Amino acid sequence: MNTPSNLKYAKSDEWFDPASGKVGITDFAQSQLSDIVFVEIFVEEGEEVTAGKPIASVESVKASAEIYAPASGKVSKVNKNVVEKPELINSDPYGEAWMIQIEGGIAGDLMDAAAYEADSAARAH
Amino acid sequence: MTFIPTSPAETEEMLKTVGVKSLDDLFDAVPKKHRFPKLNLPPALTEMEAAAHLSDMASSNENIREHLVSFLGAGAYNHFVPAVVDHMLRRGEFYTAYTPYQPEISQGTLQAVFEFQSLMANLTGMDVSNASHYDGATATAEAVSLAYAQYRGKRKRIVMSPALHPQYRDVIDTYTQGMGVETVGDEETNLTLSPESLIPYIDENTMLVIVQYPDFLGRIFDYKKIIDDAHAKGALVCVVANPTALLMLKTPGEMGADIVVGEAQPFGIPLWYGGPYLGFFTTKKSYVHKMAGRLVGETVDVRGQRSYVLTLTAREQHIKRERATSNICTNQGLLALAASIYMSALGKEGLKEVANLCYQKAHYAANELSKLKGFQLFSNEPFFHEFTLQCPKPASQVNQYLLEHNILGGYDLSADYPELKNHLLIAVTEMNSKEEIDSLVEALKEM
Repeated sequence: MNTPSNLKYAKSDEWFDPASGKVGITDFAQSQLSDIVFVEIFVEEGEEVTAGKPIASVESVKASAEIYAPASGKVSKVNKNVVEKPELINSDPYGEAWMIQIEGGIAGDLMDAAAYEADSAARAH
Repeated sequence: MTFIPTSPAETEEMLKTVGVKSLDDLFDAVPKKHRFPKLNLPPALTEMEAAAHLSDMASSNENIREHLVSFLGAGAYNHFVPAVVDHMLRRGEFYTAYTPYQPEISQGTLQAVFEFQSLMANLTGMDVSNASHYDGATATAEAVSLAYAQYRGKRKRIVMSPALHPQYRDVIDTYTQGMGVETVGDEETNLTLSPESLIPYIDENTMLVIVQYPDFLGRIFDYKKIIDDAHAKGALVCVVANPTALLMLKTPGEMGADIVVGEAQPFGIPLWYGGPYLGFFTTKKSYVHKMAGRLVGETVDVRGQRSYVLTLTAREQHIKRERATSNICTNQGLLALAASIYMSALGKEGLKEVANLCYQKAHYAANELSKLKGFQLFSNEPFFHEFTLQCPKPASQVNQYLLEHNILGGYDLSADYPELKNHLLIAVTEMNSKEEIDSLVEALKEM
C-alpha cells in the first residue's frame, strides 16, 4: 500500500496535501473499490467546502462511495480530467487523480501517514 | 410452515424505536371494532363450484374480442399480437417468476433484454435504454428522479404540459411528494395554446420539462423550440412518446430531447384490463449514471466470446442505498421480452405498416366523423392514430349511446379537462376495419 508521508489522511480514506491544497482518495480506497467507472464531483470552483461534507461520488464495478472533504476552504480548482477518466483513480490515486484543490484549506481531523497505514491495515480484509 | 418475519426481540426493538409499548398501541389508530370485523361470508364452495361461480361472474364482462368494437385508447391501445409472441414468451427458458441476472446461467435472458434496449434506443433516437419499468407513468416519474439527481436537488421546478397524460401527472405528483419540488404549466385550461406557451414557465430553477408526443389529445407538435429554450436555461427535457407513432415520426432524439419514455404496451402486449404493462426509458449517454433500473451491457468473456452482463449496477439502490437516484432495482422482464419478440417478428417494414394502417384508418375515421352535423375535430394539428372529437352532446351520453350499439366509444375527456365537456378522444388502430369505422360513423349520424 502506497501512503506518501507528505500527505494527511482522513478516516474516510481521502488524502489532503497541505502544500498544494489538493484532495483525492487513497491507494487503499481505490484497491478496496476495485475498477472505478464513474466519478462525479459535486462542488464547483469558487464554492466553499466544509471538512466532512460530501464533495464527490465514485462508482466502481461493484461498489459506490461518497467522498468527503478532508479540509475546509474555497475550491480553487476541480479536476475535470478525472471525471472524464475515472480509471486514473486506480492507476494514479495521489497524482493525476486529485479531485479538487482547496485554497488555504484548513485540515479537518486528519491522520499522518503512519497512523493512516495502521488504521487502514486494521480495516483490510 | 409459518412465516415469521421478525423475532420477538426484533419486534420489541422496533416498537421501542417508534416509541410505542405494544403492537396494540401501534394499531391504536384503527378503531377496535374494525380490526377483526366479522366478514359474514357465505359457506365455502368446492373448487368446482367456485370455478363455475367465477366463470359466471366473468361472463357479465363485455370484452372487445367478442362483444364490442373499440375506439378507446388514451394510453393503452388495441393492436394485433401475433401468436408467435405468446409462444416464445411462454417457453420455459424465459418463463420465470423473476429475471435471473447471473451471467453464468442467463445469457439468453440477458441477450433478450439487451435486444430490447437496443430496439428502444433506436426507436427513440437516444443513446441508451434501461431494461424497462413497470409502465409508462412510472417511467415518466423516473425521468423526474433523474433530473432531480442531475441537479442534486438544487433545481426545484418541473414544467409539465397540460396535454401530458393526466394519470402520468398524478403519478409524478405521488413520486415527488416530500421532494419539495413544484410542478407548473399543466394548470393551463386553454388547451388550444401551442407548446411554446410553456416557455415562460421555464426558468433557471427548472430541472425538467415534460411534453407528450403525440400529446394526450392526439396532436403532433415539433418540440424543437421548447427543447432549445429549456437547454438555454440549463433544464432537461423529457418527451413521453407513443412507440407506434415513433415508427412514423421524427424521433424525439432528433429534436434534442434528453430523456424519452413511454408505454410500450402497444408492442405485443394485450390490453389485459389495464396491466401489467411495460414502461420504456431511454436517455443520452451522459445521464446514464443517473438512470434508474437495470441495464444490460454487451462484453466479451474470458474466451473472447460475445456475452451479456448487467452493467453500471453500482448506481442502483441495492449497492448505493439511500444515495441512489431511485428505489427501482428491477424491470418488467417478461413483457420487455414480449415487446422484443413483437418488434422482431414484425420487422422494420412490418412495424411501419402497422403505423401506416393506424394513421390511414384514423384519418379516414376523423374525416368521416367531422362531416357529421354537430361534430368537429378539436384541433387542426397533425395527428397519428388518435384525435379529439367535439360532439353535440356530453361525451358520457355519446358513449352510453354507442354502448347500446355495441361500440366502446372514445375516452371521455371531461373528467380530466372540464372545459372539454363534449369531447371524446377517439383511437383507431389496425384492428378497426373500415366496416367498424363506418358503423361508428353511422351510429353517430343517427344519434
